[in-house]
Amino acid sequence: MSAGLYIHIPFCARKCDYCDFYSFAPTNEQMDAYCAALCRSVVDWSGDVTEPFDTVYFGGGTPSLFGGGRIAAVLNAVRRALPLTDGAQITVECNPSSVDEALVRSLAASGVNRVSMGLQSAVAAERLVLGRQSHPRQVTQALDWFRRAGIDDLSLDLMLGLPGQTPQTLGESLRFIEQSGVPHVSAYLLKVEENTPLFAKKDTLPFPDEDGVCDLYLQAAEALEGMGLRQYEVSNFARPGFESRHNLHYWRDEPYLGIGPAAHSFFGGRRFFYPRDFGAFLRGDTPVDDGEGGDESEFCMLRLRLTEGLSDDAFFNRFGKYLPQTVFDAAARLAPHGLLTVQDGTIALTKQGFLLSNRVIGTLTDSL
Amino acid sequence: MSVPKENIRNFSIIAHIDHGKSTLADRLLELTDSVAKRDMTAQLLDDMELERERGITIKAHAVKLDYTAKDGKTYELNLIDTPGHVDFNYEVSRSLAACEGAVLVVDASQGIEAQTLANTYLALDHNLELVPVINKIDLPAADPDRVAAEVEDVIGLDCSMAPRVSAKTGENVEQVLERIVEDIPAPVANDDAPLRALIFDSIYDNYKGVIVYVRVMEGTLKAGETMRMMATGAEFTVVEVGYMRATSMEPCDMLTAGEVGYITASIKTVRDAKVGDTVTKVQRPASEPLPGYRKVNPMVFCGIYPADGADYEALRDALEKLQLNDASLSYEPETSGALGFGFRCGFLGLLHLEIIQERLEREYLLDLVTTVPSVIYKIHLRDGSVVEVDNPTHYPDPADIDYAEEPVTNAHIYSPPDYVGAIMDLCQDRRGVFKDMTYLSKDRVDIHYELPLNEIIYDFFDVLKSRTRGYASFDYEISGYQRSNLQKLDVLLNGDMIDALSFIIHSDKAMARARRIAERLKETIPRQMFEIPIQIAIGSKVIARETVRAMRKDVLAKCYGGDITRKKKLLEKQKEGKKRMRQFGTVEVPQEAFMAVLKLEDNG
Repeated sequence: MSAGLYIHIPFCARKCDYCDFYSFAPTNEQMDAYCAALCRSVVDWSGDVTEPFDTVYFGGGTPSLFGGGRIAAVLNAVRRALPLTDGAQITVECNPSSVDEALVRSLAASGVNRVSMGLQSAVAAERLVLGRQSHPRQVTQALDWFRRAGIDDLSLDLMLGLPGQTPQTLGESLRFIEQSGVPHVSAYLLKVEENTPLFAKKDTLPFPDEDGVCDLYLQAAEALEGMGLRQYEVSNFARPGFESRHNLHYWRDEPYLGIGPAAHSFFGGRRFFYPRDFGAFLRGDTPVDDGEGGDESEFCMLRLRLTEGLSDDAFFNRFGKYLPQTVFDAAARLAPHGLLTVQDGTIALTKQGFLLSNRVIGTLTDSL
Repeated sequence: MSVPKENIRNFSIIAHIDHGKSTLADRLLELTDSVAKRDMTAQLLDDMELERERGITIKAHAVKLDYTAKDGKTYELNLIDTPGHVDFNYEVSRSLAACEGAVLVVDASQGIEAQTLANTYLALDHNLELVPVINKIDLPAADPDRVAAEVEDVIGLDCSMAPRVSAKTGENVEQVLERIVEDIPAPVANDDAPLRALIFDSIYDNYKGVIVYVRVMEGTLKAGETMRMMATGAEFTVVEVGYMRATSMEPCDMLTAGEVGYITASIKTVRDAKVGDTVTKVQRPASEPLPGYRKVNPMVFCGIYPADGADYEALRDALEKLQLNDASLSYEPETSGALGFGFRCGFLGLLHLEIIQERLEREYLLDLVTTVPSVIYKIHLRDGSVVEVDNPTHYPDPADIDYAEEPVTNAHIYSPPDYVGAIMDLCQDRRGVFKDMTYLSKDRVDIHYELPLNEIIYDFFDVLKSRTRGYASFDYEISGYQRSNLQKLDVLLNGDMIDALSFIIHSDKAMARARRIAERLKETIPRQMFEIPIQIAIGSKVIARETVRAMRKDVLAKCYGGDITRKKKLLEKQKEGKKRMRQFGTVEVPQEAFMAVLKLEDNG
């Protein structure tokens, strides 16, 4: 089974108001030191690796701020130290406001073949509330540059449930996406995290109510599928063949190694993570164990996030036994309510089911 | 120390709730130096946490006091405490059976209340000498003359010598001790007769086993002798005998006739030492047991289930321990489709039910689900047979029923005249039949109603209190059964009948109650993954319905850098939350829903 490699870039020029990921505004020296630390870490891990990696994912933070040169250096280190499959999917998350032609050329030259960018919304007022600096025009421009450099595997992030968002404004964002022609979209429901500027002002903002948010989600899903982007996960849509293979490792409960502060791993049967501590990572501190991974409950929890669902066969291949009848019994009780379907030994959530996935999945895993 | 028998006085204190019985007991303990001042916590005899909180006495307690009277002689005073509430008449009765007299405490501002009379009549039933005491003379509203006159008029007790005291400040309390010594007779006691000792209470001690509290009527008992419980036939070698002191047990050589004391004998099981039984000796046994107590039958029943099925055994053990000194509590195993394994428990009244439930939860740390209380209905079937139903689940098919009967009570409500209108409204609303109304004094009325028991077991007392600003008091006794037009209401959630929520009600009230219950359930049941229809039905006919709307969104949209643990924790937390819920088919019902169905009346 091939694995995924995640490289976390904990840098942002400015933090968006909704974000609670680990990132800060760096100096060049900090970025150089971090680049060196990543390369060292890659080498350190090489001894533990038995399976090849078929994806590399630079997430953040803002990897585009890290710069093409440093990304190329890390990728070189990865290629030298770790087995990488031919045609590995190499993704870099980019902020449209920190993309220029030089960066695009440099990424393409270093073998990056997939780019994910945050659009969030095509509506100015909605972007303002999120504290997003970039303009949709920058997104269009960046997409154009990437395509000209030969990178067609492009993804945009879209946010749902924004303050002031209505079916009309969401329609605008969806039209923008349609015109952009990207083959992949991640459409996330906004979650207001504590300790973010958005949380502090949430009571003053016109958030849509629960029904409103659900309707926005269903509207987006329907429109994206209308564009030929098939839903394959709770929040992810792609033209067939353009799925994020890296994220599929997460949902299929397959191994991945995450390097960098706040990066999580499921590797060698264990789950572990690096603390949210930049200095500790530079010092070479080892990650913190987070227990055994890959048990039956976890497998079901993750697989059920995918439209391909949880199949008896996949469960058998993984655990050498079939899914307990109790799980199918629980599923049969939920099916009439339109939350999931059961077909040929496969349990798959519907869109309504995805909206209630915490409950639905909990009910099924409790029946294991 | 032993005193001559003519210097022994065995007495109880009786009063309406809140008239100061426990405070007076505290003062008596202080005056007789039974407790060092520094050990004195308010209401010492009320040693259950619950008792102090609610300000009521639940269990009978006993204590021996030494008192040197004005005549220079030393007396042995055995104070046997009694509960005041109507639900606990049985316990009052068993305390009184061990006494020759009772101190009747009446509040100098409130005068005679419902339980003043109820307890007085009980004491007179036991041929006790009554010592009236007017308490709370320190209150601004105190009117001892008026209250003394009321006691003379209504009860017929001479109050010319009645001490007027403030148990709170201690004023004149020594007069109470003098009256006890002078007015209450010494026990008629014969040490030479075969032993007959009445068990009036017992407690369980982890080291000594069951400790039995007795009043020795005749004969003597000491350690090493072999005793026999006359009802059960169980025999034990006495390990220790002694007296109950305020803060400790005081072993003695021998308990003699007329005395109150305790016995330990390595008694392991509660059932071997029944309260009300007579203790005799295997050598020279008594031929006849003492008259036991009036057997009281539980009147109110409900199912008690462990919230976690694994606690079933623990619940059974706890009920067994509670029943040890509360014989009026009954329980037997039952099974509910909705709640699993539990017990059908019988209580004297709703307060008794609540107290048992609280004790189970607090003292035995059990998490419980309680079903709607029921009374015993007599259902006459068409085939001529009669079934007694205390559990709605067992209600016969209406097609088989000829007619039904429900228990009714003689209820007396005592109140200032201002609230007569409000009280009559309430009683009318509860299907009461007015009997008569008597002015006890110009500001005290006795309103007499016949009320169906099932109308008062839910929340009658709470509502009465709120509508009369706490001024009314209430007492009732079962007077018999009457024909009644009854119906069984079933609750269906998502189409499934929840047996534990079924209840029996008079048909005139069915519709309104059904609507109210549907509303309350809608308020208490949280939104779930799908819409939940709530239906209240009589047989197959739905008479009220509500809908709990479906929850639509509960999702973690994003995976934070592969942080799966966060999702796992969320699922675990969700699972924890579910433990507070009862699963009925696909519907989760919080335990509070069961209580919500009980307490339906809006405040006011």
